[in-house]
Amino acid sequence: MKGLSKDRLWSMAVLAPSIILIAVFVYGFIARSVYVSMTDWGNDPAQALALDPIIRWVGLANYQELFSGFLQGRFRQELINTVFFTIFFILGCLGLGLGLALILDRNPKGEGLWRTIFLFPMSLSFIVTGTIWRWMLQPKGGLNQVPTLFGAPPSTFGWLSSNDAILKFDWNKLPLLTAGVVGVVMIVMAVRAARSGDRTRMGVAAVCAAILFVWALLIGPNVKMLPAPELHGFNLALIGIIIAAVWQMSGYTMALYLAGLRGIPEELREAAKVDGAGDLGLYRHVIFPLLAPISLSAMIVLGHISLKIFDLVYAMAGPDNIATSVPALNMYLTSFRQNQFSLGAAIGTILLILVAFVIVPYLASQFKQEDGHA
Amino acid sequence: MTSAPAKAAPAPTPRKPIQPGRIVMYALLVVAALFFLVPVYLLFATALKSPGAINLATTWHWPAALNWASFSEAWDKIGGNMLNSLFLAVVATLLSAVLGSLNGYALSKWKFRGANTLFALMLFGMFIPYQAVLIPLFQFIKSIGLYGSIWGLILAHVVYGIPITTLIFRNFYADVPDALVEAATIDGAGFWSIYRLVIFPISIPGFVVVIIWQFTQVWNEFLFAATLTNTTSQPVTYALSQLAGGQAVSWNLPMAGAILAALPTLLVYILLGRYFVRGLLAGSVKG
Repeated sequence: MKGLSKDRLWSMAVLAPSIILIAVFVYGFIARSVYVSMTDWGNDPAQALALDPIIRWVGLANYQELFSGFLQGRFRQELINTVFFTIFFILGCLGLGLGLALILDRNPKGEGLWRTIFLFPMSLSFIVTGTIWRWMLQPKGGLNQVPTLFGAPPSTFGWLSSNDAILKFDWNKLPLLTAGVVGVVMIVMAVRAARSGDRTRMGVAAVCAAILFVWALLIGPNVKMLPAPELHGFNLALIGIIIAAVWQMSGYTMALYLAGLRGIPEELREAAKVDGAGDLGLYRHVIFPLLAPISLSAMIVLGHISLKIFDLVYAMAGPDNIATSVPALNMYLTSFRQNQFSLGAAIGTILLILVAFVIVPYLASQFKQEDGHA
Repeated sequence: MTSAPAKAAPAPTPRKPIQPGRIVMYALLVVAALFFLVPVYLLFATALKSPGAINLATTWHWPAALNWASFSEAWDKIGGNMLNSLFLAVVATLLSAVLGSLNGYALSKWKFRGANTLFALMLFGMFIPYQAVLIPLFQFIKSIGLYGSIWGLILAHVVYGIPITTLIFRNFYADVPDALVEAATIDGAGFWSIYRLVIFPISIPGFVVVIIWQFTQVWNEFLFAATLTNTTSQPVTYALSQLAGGQAVSWNLPMAGAILAALPTLLVYILLGRYFVRGLLAGSVKG
């Protein structure tokens, strides 16, 4: 075992540059962004690009501005856009990906070719995808012309230009809605904990739910973030962008599910058949439960991609289409076109918090598992 | 390393009467393939038209006369940017791969206390929205005089590529038996000679996966490209977005440009698809 310590030193030395780079470029820069987001840098255009700008500490004022400022309605709509985009994008990718994987798992002829066709958009840039689909979704061309091939009049849906929205609600009701939804989730968790006999967890979840509901009943209705009602909803112009995103990414979920399906031992399927399970029963009781962890990791990976997506929107609808914009795009425009650095940093920080909600529990659970095995 | 376990090809089945289930299956496959391929048809149909022949009402018609000049025109507009992208992607990918291989080796074969926590902290860097570091990154690149230079972009890609390349190599080396390393240690080999004699020679598949993955990522990236460069150093994604964003341009140009910009990564995918899928899976599932 002699020489071991020297080798260990070498291993540390090899890792050191990467550790330092990550510490500075990830954690240091995040800290710096958070700091910038709490200043007024760029709010005064004269100071934005000054060599030695006067920067003042303003605390959470930028965040307050984003959530309740008169001028920042665009950002609030973008948050809502991101939520709807994420939900439909994930559902689309999971559904299409699972369907394709199930079909390919039945060994059709030319399986490799089919797989190549379903997966090739993954190798493209979102900018390329966006350019193609922007042309597909032109108001008077592309998809809208398809009905004419069958003798019908062209469709007139404004794929990327529509200003219609459904599921509208008042921004002032958002805290109330959030409290309600989280409260219901807490109740579900409490019930599940009660079933599995975990009393502490049941208690905590029940108390949280109770607090939320009491707040929603007594205080919530009087909370006003904006002086006047401000309606936000699911903009129909997003549908085209969601379709393009699903076109590009569903091959990825297909590959994940296919790897999972191929990993299910043949004996397990045979055993289920011997026990009298039909095709449906086999899928319901054996295969789908085994694919559940894959769905979860796919949801997490797709979820964080969806929160960060901005090049696709930029290429399809352009930077100035408010109906389809997302916070990731707004951050870029606010910081590098309008030079409002502090506001841009605040949007970036909000994005980071959203992504962290998805990623941190995932990373933590992955590494807990690993330590458990070791 | 998680890879789709290759399943043995099914034994040739005796000729059976055609079942309705199989017909439905193939019908579904054809419908799905149409969804994926129809945009490609439109892409080529538009790129090969001459500007005068592009008409919204005849969008779907195959051009009467093929206009290959679209490609040379598009190359005139974005060819320089494609060379920028090529230089950027090759250099950044090679640097990332070397760093990732060494990191993966150190983390999987020389485990120390806290190695897993350190690794998890590193991995977080692969998931962050880069918008959350963009302003300080921009300031930093500018302060070291690399704003507008391809080297600034290379630096950003190498640094933010560390987590994924380390992850892929770490999982790849985890499958190398520790006994090999121990045997080499007993023979008196140290950190570097074990890497050179034992680890590196079996790393080729790992390098292929990482290089394909990183090359695709860097080639396709847009946010850094739009923020850290100026007109002389802009990569192809940015040039394409400008080409397609202009209202005056006739559509055969952005379509031809999209084909050109897609070609390198598409070729890599078609030729080396197996490794591409491995990189794809490695990004989400840990082995």
